[in-house]
Formats: sequence, C-alpha cells, structure tokens
Amino acid sequence: MEKIVNDLNLKIAGVAGDGILNAGLMMFAKTVKRAGLYAFASAEYPSLVRGGHNHLNVRVSDKPIISQVYELNLLIALNKESIENHAALLSENGAIIYDADQIKDADTLTQKEKLYPVPLLEFANQAGGRIMKNTVAMGAVFGLVNLDFSLLENSIKTTFAKKSELIVSGNIAAAKLGYDYAKKNYSKFSFALKPTGVDENIFVSGHESVALGAVKAGCKLICAYPMTPATSVMTTLEKFAIDANLVVKQAEDEIAAMNMVIGGNYAGVRTMTTTSGGGFALMVEAFGMGMQMETPAVVVESMRPGPGTGMATRTGQGDLKFLLNNSTDESPRIVVAPGCATDAFELTTHAFNLAEIWQMPVLIVTDKYVGESYSTVKPFDDSKYKIDRGKLVTEVKEDYKRYEITKDGVSPRVIPGVKNGMHTATSYEHDEFSFESEDEDNKIMLTQKRKRKFLNLAKTLPAPELVGDKNAEFVILSWGSTKGPILQAMELLEKEKIKTSFLQIKYISPFPTEEVLKLTKEKKIILIENNETGQLGGILRELSGKEVDYKILKYDGRAFFPSEIQTGIKNIIKNEKEKVQVFSKNKNVAVENFGVK
Amino acid sequence: MVLAKDLMTMQNPTWCPGCGDFVILMSVRQAIEKLGWKQEDTVVVSGIGCGSKLPRFVKVYGFEGLHGRALPAATAIKLANKALNVIVVTGDGDGLGIGGNHFIHTMRRNLNITHIIEDNRVYGLTKGQYSPTSPDGFKSSTSLSGALETPLSPITTAIAGGATFVARTSMINPSKLTDILIKAMTHKGYAVIDVLQLCPSYNKTFDMNWYKERLVDLPENYDSTNKVSAFEKSIEVTEKVNEGIFYIEERPTYEDKVTQMQKEPLVKQNIENIKMDKFYNKFK
Repeated sequence: MEKIVNDLNLKIAGVAGDGILNAGLMMFAKTVKRAGLYAFASAEYPSLVRGGHNHLNVRVSDKPIISQVYELNLLIALNKESIENHAALLSENGAIIYDADQIKDADTLTQKEKLYPVPLLEFANQAGGRIMKNTVAMGAVFGLVNLDFSLLENSIKTTFAKKSELIVSGNIAAAKLGYDYAKKNYSKFSFALKPTGVDENIFVSGHESVALGAVKAGCKLICAYPMTPATSVMTTLEKFAIDANLVVKQAEDEIAAMNMVIGGNYAGVRTMTTTSGGGFALMVEAFGMGMQMETPAVVVESMRPGPGTGMATRTGQGDLKFLLNNSTDESPRIVVAPGCATDAFELTTHAFNLAEIWQMPVLIVTDKYVGESYSTVKPFDDSKYKIDRGKLVTEVKEDYKRYEITKDGVSPRVIPGVKNGMHTATSYEHDEFSFESEDEDNKIMLTQKRKRKFLNLAKTLPAPELVGDKNAEFVILSWGSTKGPILQAMELLEKEKIKTSFLQIKYISPFPTEEVLKLTKEKKIILIENNETGQLGGILRELSGKEVDYKILKYDGRAFFPSEIQTGIKNIIKNEKEKVQVFSKNKNVAVENFGVK
Repeated sequence: MVLAKDLMTMQNPTWCPGCGDFVILMSVRQAIEKLGWKQEDTVVVSGIGCGSKLPRFVKVYGFEGLHGRALPAATAIKLANKALNVIVVTGDGDGLGIGGNHFIHTMRRNLNITHIIEDNRVYGLTKGQYSPTSPDGFKSSTSLSGALETPLSPITTAIAGGATFVARTSMINPSKLTDILIKAMTHKGYAVIDVLQLCPSYNKTFDMNWYKERLVDLPENYDSTNKVSAFEKSIEVTEKVNEGIFYIEERPTYEDKVTQMQKEPLVKQNIENIKMDKFYNKFK
C-alpha cells in the first residue's frame, strides 16, 4: 500500500510531568523543521503542575500550516486515559503507540489493528530510567514515519546540550530502542515523513513572536506579573534579556506593572507589560492614566475564558469589548489582534511605533491558542522596520507646552533630561501646560485633542484585506486566533467547490468601519468568534448599524477545529435559517442547554 | 546652579493655611538647591492626595500619577534612566494604605530613590477619614465611634522591610527636616522619611502643641547602623516621640545589580536597526 507522505497529525498525551512538551516540541516538531518540513503544535493542559491530563497536538506537512485539525493519525498514549480520551479521533489507518505492559486492556478501548504496543517503560529503564519513556516513544515515532534516526539523535544532543553526557547518551539509547522496535514491527504504518532538506525556518509560538517583535522594536523594559497564558511573553524576554540588553522587572502585582509601564515610557524607554484578563482588570486605572497623560504604552492581554479566574490554561476571545471600553470616561486607545506568529511579530513592532507616534497606549490582544501554539515560519522580515518615535523632541523653549493643541492632536513630547521641558505629567485633566484644570472649555479642547489623534491615526493604519475568492457570496469576518482554523476550513471548503472569502480585522481600534462595509457590500457576513455573543459583530453594528448575517461561535474554552467551521458554513448553505451556530466537543450541550438554534 | 526660589512654578499651592505641606515643599526646594541637582535631571513623583500635589510646585520634572501608585511609577522611571534623581512624595493614606503593597516591595528592591511620607494621620483631600497611621480610637467621618485598627508605624515597617535609610522627623522644625532630607537624598539606596505633619482642617488631635511637647531627638550615642536596636527604638512606647535617623544600611542598589544597566541608562541605549539573527537562531 502506498504511504501518505508529509501529511500527519499526531498527539502525545499523558500526565503533566511526562515530558510531553519536551518530546513533542523539541524532539519531534523542531526535528522535522530541521528536516525541512512544517509543523503546527498546540497543547491542552489543566492549570496544575503534576498530574492531570495533558496533550500536545503536532501536525506536520511540507507546506506552511497554522491550524490544528480534528482527525488524528498517530496517538502516543502515555497512560490509559489518553486512549480513552483520544482514540475516537483516529483516522482510518491511524495508530496508537502505548505500553502494553502498563495498559493491559487497550483492546477493549479501540480497534485492535490500531494498537501498536511498544514496551516504553522497559526500554526506558534499560536506557537510563523511567523518565525517558517519552524519548522511547519519540524514537518509535521516528521509526514509524521512516525518518532517519540521525535526525532525532542530533536533536537530542541539542535539546540536552546543557545536561550531562549520561543523560544525552541515555536518551539516545532510549530513542534507538523505540526506533528499532517500531522499524521491526510496524512497517505497515500508513503515514511517512520525507525530509525536503531545506532548513531555513524557525519554529516559534505566537508569544515568542511577540517577544521577538518587542526586541526588534527596541523595548528595553518589561514590567509584568506572571499570569497564564501571558507569562510566556515575559519568560521569553527574560531569556533574551542579556543579549538584547533589556530588563524584565517582575512587579509585585499588575497594578504596579501598569504604573511602571507608564513611568518607564514617561522617562523615555519603550516599556511594555503582559497579562491576562484578570490582571488587566487591575491595570485599567493606570491604562486610563496613560490616555490622560498621553504616554505611550504597550500592553499584551492574553485572554482566558470565563469571568473571574476563569480557565487559566484554555482559550477564548471574550475580552474584546472589555478592552475597547476599559477605563473611565471616553478616551482613545489602539487595539491590535494578531492571528498567527507572523502577525504577532509585525503587529508588536508596529504597536511600539504607534504608541510613540500617537502618544497613547496600545493593546495587543492574544489568547492561549495564538500565543502558545507553535508553528514553522520563515524568519520574520524585519528589513523594512524603522523605529518611529513620533514627536519626541530633545530641545524645547522656556514656554514649552507639553499638551500643545495641534492640528493632528499630537503635541511635542519631552522626557526628563531635556532642558526647559520641565512639567508635571498628571493623571488629572489638565491644560496645555499640564496644569490641573477643571475649566469647561479646556475639558472640551483636551477631549477633542485626544479624539483628533484617534481620527488621524485611523487614516494611517493598513486597511484590512479580503483573502480567498473575492466574488464569493459569503465573507467570513473574524479577528485573532480564529485565523488559522478559518484559513484551513476555507481550503477544505474549496475542495468541495464552496467558495468563501475572509476578512481578518487586525487593527480593531480604531475600527476600519468604512473598509469593512465596502468589502462586505452585497455579501453575506459569517461572523466567527471564540465567544458567546460575537463581540466584533457587535462593534460593527454599533459603528455602522450593519448586522452580520450568520454567527458561528464556540465558547467551551477550546479553539475551533477547521472541520467545525466547515460544517457550520455548509449548514448555512443548506439552511439559511441557521443564524447562530454554537460548536463544542458535544454540540448538543450548547443547543439543548441554551436553546440556541 | 538652581536656587530654591527658582524652583517655583507658575502654579500656586491650594493647601489650607497652616498645612504642613508648605514646609515640606520648601525643604524639598532647599535640598535640591543645596545638593546642586539639575532641574532637568530631577523628577518628583507622587500619587494623589493633598501632599501629592507637591510636584506641581517644584520646577523640575514631575509625575503626579494615581492614588497610591507613586512608587511603581518611580521604580520604572529610575530603571529607565538611572541617571535621574528621583524623589517620591506620598501621603500616609496614599503611600501606606492603598499603596501599601508597593511600599513593601520597593523596600526589598532598594532602588536609589528618596521617599517622603507626608504623615498627617488622616485623609485630607477626601475631607477627613482615618488613615493607616491614625491612632486606635481616632474619630473621623468614617470612624464616628473611633478607628478600630492598630496604627501602622511607617518606620518600623521600613526597618523590617529592608529600606536602607529610615528616618522620622517633622515639619515643626524646618531646618532639621531639610537636613535629614539632604542626608536621605545623598544616601545610596531607598531612603524613607516619615514626616510628621499637621492637618489643620481634619486632624485637630495632632496640633503644633502636641508635637512640640513630645518630639525629642534620638539619643546622641544612638547607633543607626544596628538593625535590631533600630527596630526596638521604633516600637518603643513612651510619652515622647523620637525623631532622627533610625537606621542606615549600605546595600547594593537594584540598579547596581542589573547587568544590562551597567554601561549606560536604558534610555540612552540605541534602539535603531537591532540585528535579529541571533534571536531567530534560537528558534532554528
């Protein structure tokens, strides 16, 4: 039988502490990247350190991919629960690598021909210890998919470069035992990977890309408090700290972090913070101060599902309206939303310029799916990026006005150290000199000044682009992390001769109302969001009166699978009454409990 | 060199007649003059409250941030530009109540900044509610039957928390205040000065006479380098209130310990055309 080459979706599942990420990301995904293939990896894990059910999906192709898919071809089950939870996702000819000595009744859980037992524990103990079970399994994977053992061997050497020789040689031995066993027993496996030999890409997560963007943009100070899923931006920057000569300051809380961001920017250093929704709730007052003081600031808000503490390690897009409306009174802020690693880099570098040019805080909205999913991408093209500090001036006259009323709303900005520039930046409403003022006319002037910045900056932002078939009847409207699953779903629909187009809103505030109306004119809009109400659709309605025609939503704390979007769009085509569709692992829960139709 | 009188701004203080903040303001200006600090290289950071309006009246750079949040803003200003002289002014409610968490963690950091606590033992700007330093039983608009919490001692907290210069003084004797302020501003590390002051509008208990009768200097043979005795002295309960420098410690500052900040302040570092290959290579 001919093998399916370079189209594989595998999952490694077990408990936290099994080394799932190390095996899946470092030993597998990165190794196939080095062999010239593309990978996309996303993990599901509960909010705990040891135990619980963890699983990592890695999809491999010889083309760039930015989405997970539902159907599995290979499951590496490090415990019984993994088979129970995921065996049903296996495709035809799919297989499960597991330890038959540990899980004796696997044949009661799935079809026998899918079971590929490998003595993981026995081999691990033989090579150096039970901790190497994951390495044995990885060896077996490489054997199954016909990749050269030397590829894995090199990756093990790199991965464990800082560990002892014993650990390196033990892992290599463990991998080899798994590799040989799979080669000998399971040559029937239907999927194979074939190196292309060209290795020029990088394998990064969305949050690592945000961190890389911050480095490129000259961010020198990161003040943040750890909060999943945003922490990965902060920890990546800490790893870069010495090489990039930047400082990561772990603050005592998010309130401190945001006040530090305003302080750092006031003093002239590009300063950012990273947090999740609960942390941002604490930052709101200082975020408002940034708008009042007209201080630049960059904030990464990586959303989590649910109010309160919510679901720390899951994904969702429920914070958009909170971010657009956060803080007191009405004041402009910039909100950008990357949908993939490349977007994350580009929008982050741009965010730092926007913040300084327009002297206002910028929010970069991510979530766990875009932030903590890894993909193989070209090293980012930063050749055209230029630092733009806007109206930052180094010389001013004695009568300097920090908030001088100007045509575009932006006033010349000084930082401490500049002669004659002395003024007190204040969170009170103030006049042009930055003196506190409660005067009626002044309040109107300053409000309009801030608004003018917003209107003018809107004209400078890149317009959203329609991708896919521009003449298609249906246009998908979305933002953020749904990008990958949407693009993948469009490919699946294309194969069924269903044409669609996709309008991704990267710059959400200011919202490109006119462009959206123009690009969706005489088309039917299908809104796709990872929340319960379809918040972007609400924004469109608020600003233009236009209602989206259909909504495909998911709010179970998990990202969309492309197949769900595919099904949703086909349902719409079949029955135009399907105005709102809610997807989840068990679609009936959403439908029955809430009567959503 | 700038003179204290040149440090006035176009704004006039709106404090009540007899407010202690006037004295503190004069001392800050005089200390800047005596130390020869350049106006453009000095930043006064505050939060919100009566005393927190002080930066407006000193012609240096100012940052009048949010209620209780002066210290984190000052922390980042110092991290961004370690060459700046940073003075923080907070009230007792602002700095020890809502900003209490920041106070604790700023002590641990030991940045080279000076923190003046304008301690009138009451919330003034919101018109007279009890504060973290109001005594047990203090009657105010939110404690009609008397405050029930034990007052917080700023200096005891500062000695325990790791501040490296801890003093208590008052606005009763302006020259002593200026003298201690100058010592605090020249101290390398986080210097905390608890300045006992009047609030003629909302705190009638602690008036001029109250302070005059009780304030005494620390004994001449007092050893300000002994942390244990400093702590003991700070919790001592007598009829009198000691003023002076309770504790001084030499400890490396936060900015001294950050490798990335040794060559030049972050703000001076070049950010144009940063080469990215070495960072991309980490992901190959």
